[in-house]
Amino acid sequence: MSNLPALQIILPLMAAPICAMVGRPKFAWGLATLVAWASFAISILLFLSVRDGTVISYDMGGWAPPLGIEYRVDVLNAFVLMIVSGMTSFVMPYALKSVASELHESQHAYFYTAFLLCMTGLMGVAITGDAFNVFVFLEISSLSTYALVAMGAARDKRALTAAFNYLIMGTIGATFFVIGLGMMYMVTGTLNMADLAQKIAANGDSRTLRMGFSFVLVGIGLKLAMFPLHLWLPNAYSYAPSAVTTFLASTATKVAIYVMARFMFSIFGFDYDFQANTMQFIMLPLALVAMFAASTVAIFQEDLKRMLAYSSVAQVGYMLLGMSFLTQLGLTATVVHMFNHALIKGGLFMAAGCFIYAVNSSRIDDLKGLGRIMPWTSAAFVLGGLGLIGVPMTAGFISKWYLMQAAFELDWWPIALLIVASSLLAVIYVWRMVEVLYLRDLPEKNDVRAVPLTMLVPMWGLLLLSVYFGVSADITVSAASRAANALIGASNIFWQSGG
Amino acid sequence: MTDPNIILIALLMPALTALIVSRLDALPDMRDGVSILGALATFGAVLLTLQAFLEGTPLSITLFEVMPGLTLNFTLEPLGMVFATVASGLWIITAIYSVGYMRGAGEKNQTRFYICFALAITGALGIAFAGNLFTLFIFYEMLTVVTYPLVAHKQTPEARAGARTYISILLGTSIAFFLTAIIWTWSLTGTLEFTPGGILSGHISPVFTGVLLALFAFGVGKAALMPFHRWLPAAMVAPTPVSALLHAVAVVKAGVFTLLKIGIYIFGIGLLSRTGASEWLMWLAAASILISSIIALNQDNLKARLAYSTISQLAYVTLGLALANQMGVIGGALQIMTHALGKVTLFMAAGAIYVATHKTHVSELDGLGRQMPFTFAAFTIAALSIIGLPPLGGAWTKWYLMLSSAEAGHQVLIVVLMISSLLNVAYLLPISARGFFYPPSRQRGYDMSTEKLPPVKMAEAPWFCVVPLCITALGCIVLFFTIGDLYEFLLRIPLLPLEGVTP
Repeated sequence: MSNLPALQIILPLMAAPICAMVGRPKFAWGLATLVAWASFAISILLFLSVRDGTVISYDMGGWAPPLGIEYRVDVLNAFVLMIVSGMTSFVMPYALKSVASELHESQHAYFYTAFLLCMTGLMGVAITGDAFNVFVFLEISSLSTYALVAMGAARDKRALTAAFNYLIMGTIGATFFVIGLGMMYMVTGTLNMADLAQKIAANGDSRTLRMGFSFVLVGIGLKLAMFPLHLWLPNAYSYAPSAVTTFLASTATKVAIYVMARFMFSIFGFDYDFQANTMQFIMLPLALVAMFAASTVAIFQEDLKRMLAYSSVAQVGYMLLGMSFLTQLGLTATVVHMFNHALIKGGLFMAAGCFIYAVNSSRIDDLKGLGRIMPWTSAAFVLGGLGLIGVPMTAGFISKWYLMQAAFELDWWPIALLIVASSLLAVIYVWRMVEVLYLRDLPEKNDVRAVPLTMLVPMWGLLLLSVYFGVSADITVSAASRAANALIGASNIFWQSGG
Repeated sequence: MTDPNIILIALLMPALTALIVSRLDALPDMRDGVSILGALATFGAVLLTLQAFLEGTPLSITLFEVMPGLTLNFTLEPLGMVFATVASGLWIITAIYSVGYMRGAGEKNQTRFYICFALAITGALGIAFAGNLFTLFIFYEMLTVVTYPLVAHKQTPEARAGARTYISILLGTSIAFFLTAIIWTWSLTGTLEFTPGGILSGHISPVFTGVLLALFAFGVGKAALMPFHRWLPAAMVAPTPVSALLHAVAVVKAGVFTLLKIGIYIFGIGLLSRTGASEWLMWLAAASILISSIIALNQDNLKARLAYSTISQLAYVTLGLALANQMGVIGGALQIMTHALGKVTLFMAAGAIYVATHKTHVSELDGLGRQMPFTFAAFTIAALSIIGLPPLGGAWTKWYLMLSSAEAGHQVLIVVLMISSLLNVAYLLPISARGFFYPPSRQRGYDMSTEKLPPVKMAEAPWFCVVPLCITALGCIVLFFTIGDLYEFLLRIPLLPLEGVTP
């Protein structure tokens, strides 16, 4: 039990090279699936043991922090770990047929290798209590992501440029991040997050610290596609293999949001004026712009995956908005939406993957009239779309409810109105798809492949979960609320109760 | 019968019907039979709840808690009983009528039609029984979504365009304004329960009361208050049974019903009249009544004319609420019933004309009255009821609304109501007149004063179409004579806080 935090990372990290070395597609898939499920089980165990507010601190290799690397699990990152490993568990069964149809067979083993590494990286980012370690894991996940995106070249050569663009942007982001860390190290002489928090609080404000903060902000901003640093995302999401898009959309940005929250609230602390000002005067307007601009762009997309990608940029806007309220309720909304959006967007990208499997295209024009011959996929898409809009009884509604409540709590009701106004844009792009699927006539000549159950079941699983958490939001909301408490209580409660 | 589960049975009965219907695509006769049986069973269940309610057993059932403090709850109260009874009762009639219409007009995708139709009734009943604003909102949105396929039914470009207007205005207003208002209310008071006397009193300043009321009034797009009325004429591309039951009864009445509920149980009539927050709404409703009547005058398409008439008639209910006194509320509630019966008859008549002759425009109806005497007679009776002449139900609505206007000291509104009646005469009666007294159009130039009209053979629509609309026309007359009991019943609507509860 006590080694769970280490196992969480080591398991997928070790499994990845085995996949590559054995090299047989079926084996690689089997191993990756088992590892994903095992990781999910570990995350659940971790979550259950920290749900009451305890904090697990694990010293890697027996070296005590702040010198050694520390893994630190509280409600928030246990929740994030659960999102990452849970989504992987859903994506893996789906990947079997989807990857087989989109990638050449010689690449399958490498695909699962990269996939596992990516997952390792994301979970490492979430679990570690060491700022530099965050950077290392962030790079592990990013590098493997570049490879994964590039593998989309089997279906569309543009995946290569998309991956290259992502590589450039991602590396710039990582560089900014590590420069920021360097400056923080200059001021404090430590890289352990708990230590950083205390030293920063003790040393007070300085120009170096401000620079460090800004670099970190921009670096993570690039990773999480904060508007206007989102340019890599639409291409990467559109051309990556469907399983990868599903995985990235539901986990990578969420983990980056987590890092942002961790740095903003746990390390820099809640009462650091420079940060508060940045959040309210820069991040909040940017989040609002993202919500509108990206949604508007989504309306005009010709490609389904691209449309969903822009919608993701907009949804990241919601999460950043919740964060920039700097209140407990706002953070709760952010965390809840991280979870809900993972389910919804995961399901939607899976539906897009099913369409690609069936007609080998994700162009909206090619999907006309599919509602009648692909009833399950189409219905799933509509269900996910309703969640995206935030119709009651879907998870999206819960997110929006809390976000708006947070706005009303501050008496910022113009912002509340903007939130609803932007979800109207979602109505437009979702309904456009509804019309295409159900009210257009199927082309005379059509060549539609039946979608296998291994793809349908995970998709419906995610979307039914999204309905479940829309009907009975108690679990998610209480977890998110505790996580928000941990962040707001900041340094004091979080860092001292552990160990 | 005091088992609160009867509410759930009433709610689930249409959903169950939809489920069975969806399995019977290959057996049209069975499917249509099941649809009618389902309607009968639903009405039966609603009558049982009504009986329980009349016996005075307070029925309430909470299903589960969605978020802390927000529950899915159904509670019976007088207004909801009125709406539920009207919607489920008229469903039987339209279900029978649909069989005749859909077959007569040769529509496709009939199974989808019956499924969505039944689900829409679940939505309407959910709204009627909702015990709090949150539950109401869920079913309100459900009603929008399930009626969308019905509006887009024909799948032609016009149908798609109409359905797009429909969904974007209804979903748009509900998300942009209604939801905002709900969350605002929640953050002000911490509850969304429908409480006699309202929950907002003491939590909100008079200015913001007006703002919040505006959010609700425009957010409930189904009430078709101008300027958010465009969806209703757009919805007329739907097959006529949809226009009849949904866009004259279930959907639009759900809208004004929601407004009444919000006015009575969220704001409280006392708060509205004390602060005068609803005064602007009164004038807007009055303007809505007159403007849409004038637009109706110019519509040649029969269904479009009826649609604008509906917008005008819905504003009566809003007006009743905005007047914020007991007579207004009673007038509004009565209007839900009388207008439902009248308008459903008018629409079914329009549909019967379409099935029998494929004519859709007023100018084409010359002389048809003698060919379709039952249809036109029913049309005329219903038109007179909408106009508000005794001995028809519509007369009472106007009576109570005028009483209410006088009580509130706004005599101008009495004039508005009278002008509205005249406008109703002007756009509805010519239709009957054309039918009965004009010669068929190809015989124009025929001198009516000297010669007798040539004999016309009766050629009515299928009996499945004609009988239902005759029944509802009779219903208009019956309503006039049962007003005593109805009035007694509506007096039960609790306008004041319950004793022992501080507002």
